[in-house]
Amino acid sequence: MVKFTVTDLSVHFGPTKALKKVTLDIEAHSILSVIGPSNSGKTTFLRMLNRLNELESAVHIDGTVLIDGQDLLILPVEEVRRRIGMVFALPLPLPLSIFDNVAYGVRMHGEKKISRLQEIVETALQKAYLWEEVKDRLQESAFKLSGGQQQRLCIARTLAVEPEVILFDEPCSGLDPISTAKVEEAMLKLKEQYTIILVTNNVKQAARVGDTTAFFLMGELIEIGKTDKIFTVPSDNRTDGYIRGKFG
Amino acid sequence: MKNPRRTQRIAFFCLFLATLFIVVPVGLIVIIIFQKGLPAMTWQFLTDVPRQGMRAGGIFPAIVGTLYLVSGAILFALPIGLLAAIYLSEYARESLLTRIIKLAIVNLSGVPSVVYGLFGLSLFVVFLKFGASILAGSLTLGIMILPIIITTSREAIETVPQTFREVSLSLGASKWQTIRHIVLPNAVPGILTGTILGLGRAAGETAPILFTVAAFYLPQLPRSLFDQAMALPYHLYVISTQVPNVDEKIRYGTALVLLVMVLFMNLIAIIIRSQIRKKKKW
Repeated sequence: MVKFTVTDLSVHFGPTKALKKVTLDIEAHSILSVIGPSNSGKTTFLRMLNRLNELESAVHIDGTVLIDGQDLLILPVEEVRRRIGMVFALPLPLPLSIFDNVAYGVRMHGEKKISRLQEIVETALQKAYLWEEVKDRLQESAFKLSGGQQQRLCIARTLAVEPEVILFDEPCSGLDPISTAKVEEAMLKLKEQYTIILVTNNVKQAARVGDTTAFFLMGELIEIGKTDKIFTVPSDNRTDGYIRGKFG
Repeated sequence: MKNPRRTQRIAFFCLFLATLFIVVPVGLIVIIIFQKGLPAMTWQFLTDVPRQGMRAGGIFPAIVGTLYLVSGAILFALPIGLLAAIYLSEYARESLLTRIIKLAIVNLSGVPSVVYGLFGLSLFVVFLKFGASILAGSLTLGIMILPIIITTSREAIETVPQTFREVSLSLGASKWQTIRHIVLPNAVPGILTGTILGLGRAAGETAPILFTVAAFYLPQLPRSLFDQAMALPYHLYVISTQVPNVDEKIRYGTALVLLVMVLFMNLIAIIIRSQIRKKKKW
């Protein structure tokens, strides 16, 4: 089943072309890894899907993005972002307690009942493998957690609003290998329920967790295909060069 | 200058000296005012009306007048200034017009206060027919401190990390919810700083109230917003230059009361600010 259909998507920031005529489909309940060197447009592509690019001034967007056949660009933006959650590159807790961080999105969507909120927070923290570590100190500041815990908190916070899709923007770039392994484990578990798009600088990570891999270079989509194929017999030699670490 | 350590010592010394030049006059002013003003501090001085052509008695009406004027000015300027700051930093798109507006606001804080006084006179006193009144004076002071409040609130709002906004929006919160729940709570300390600055300025200025509210001598308390009132800075001006043979300690006593009032109001704001900072979770 196809979740996203992206057709001829171009994004300009003023005179800079960040994305050039990208066309691809994204399967539901799978992990799409997006790889490419910096300035390849992969983060712009990700932020297109939850329309965060619209916060920049002088942004110009061409092309269409469909989610379940609906035009993403004309749906109410709050609805888009509720359905499509995002985990950022750095752990970014809000300046609130652990509990309030996880409950934030649900509260903004109008849930006030404290018993219901407690239930949601516990479920979300369990799904992000953080519940056992924080269940006794939910009222503490989220900034007291370690980096890896903070990142899992951010995942829990995203899960709490029950999105359909989760975007990961280099979620492990600031984490040690053990925390990285925990986040990857969480992602593999999560794809059963969610569609996941993972932007990563770490080619090995893309190979480990991605079902499909897309390679971006200078704003263009060079190649997309099954991860096994991309990493063994890529059809474009620029993909081959990047994966083997010849440039990037 | 071959010896870098000596260069550094000289640099430190110059910097220290510059700081001293700033601190010493301030300290001297405070010391002199306290020294000469303290003998005047009696219960009667603080609670009685001026007597014998302001050469004796107290300054109670002026204290009350200043309190009314400052509260009125803040009540008017804080909400409007804050809303304008939110609009300018969160909603207004970057364009020539908004750049001009921002520049105009910054420049407004440099306009001499007597010009605000004239403006208040023509708009509030004459055109809107408020007469010389607490209402006209408060509004004039309010307009005078608006630029300070807008500028500092804008800075406070803009120093809230952009990433917090992105996180909040990415969870599906609306723009207003993001401002209300994430941006404003984290900008409150900075906004309070602006309010403190505005408050001190409103309490101390003479020119804007000269034409709009201040009474030369009015030995009773104002009863409504449309009454004239005495105010400390103007009273100080009057007893220092317009009335002959006023005892020195009464003049310095008045200055001391004004100084302590402003310090006290600042103290309250500083305490609120530190309370909020303590609660802050980052």
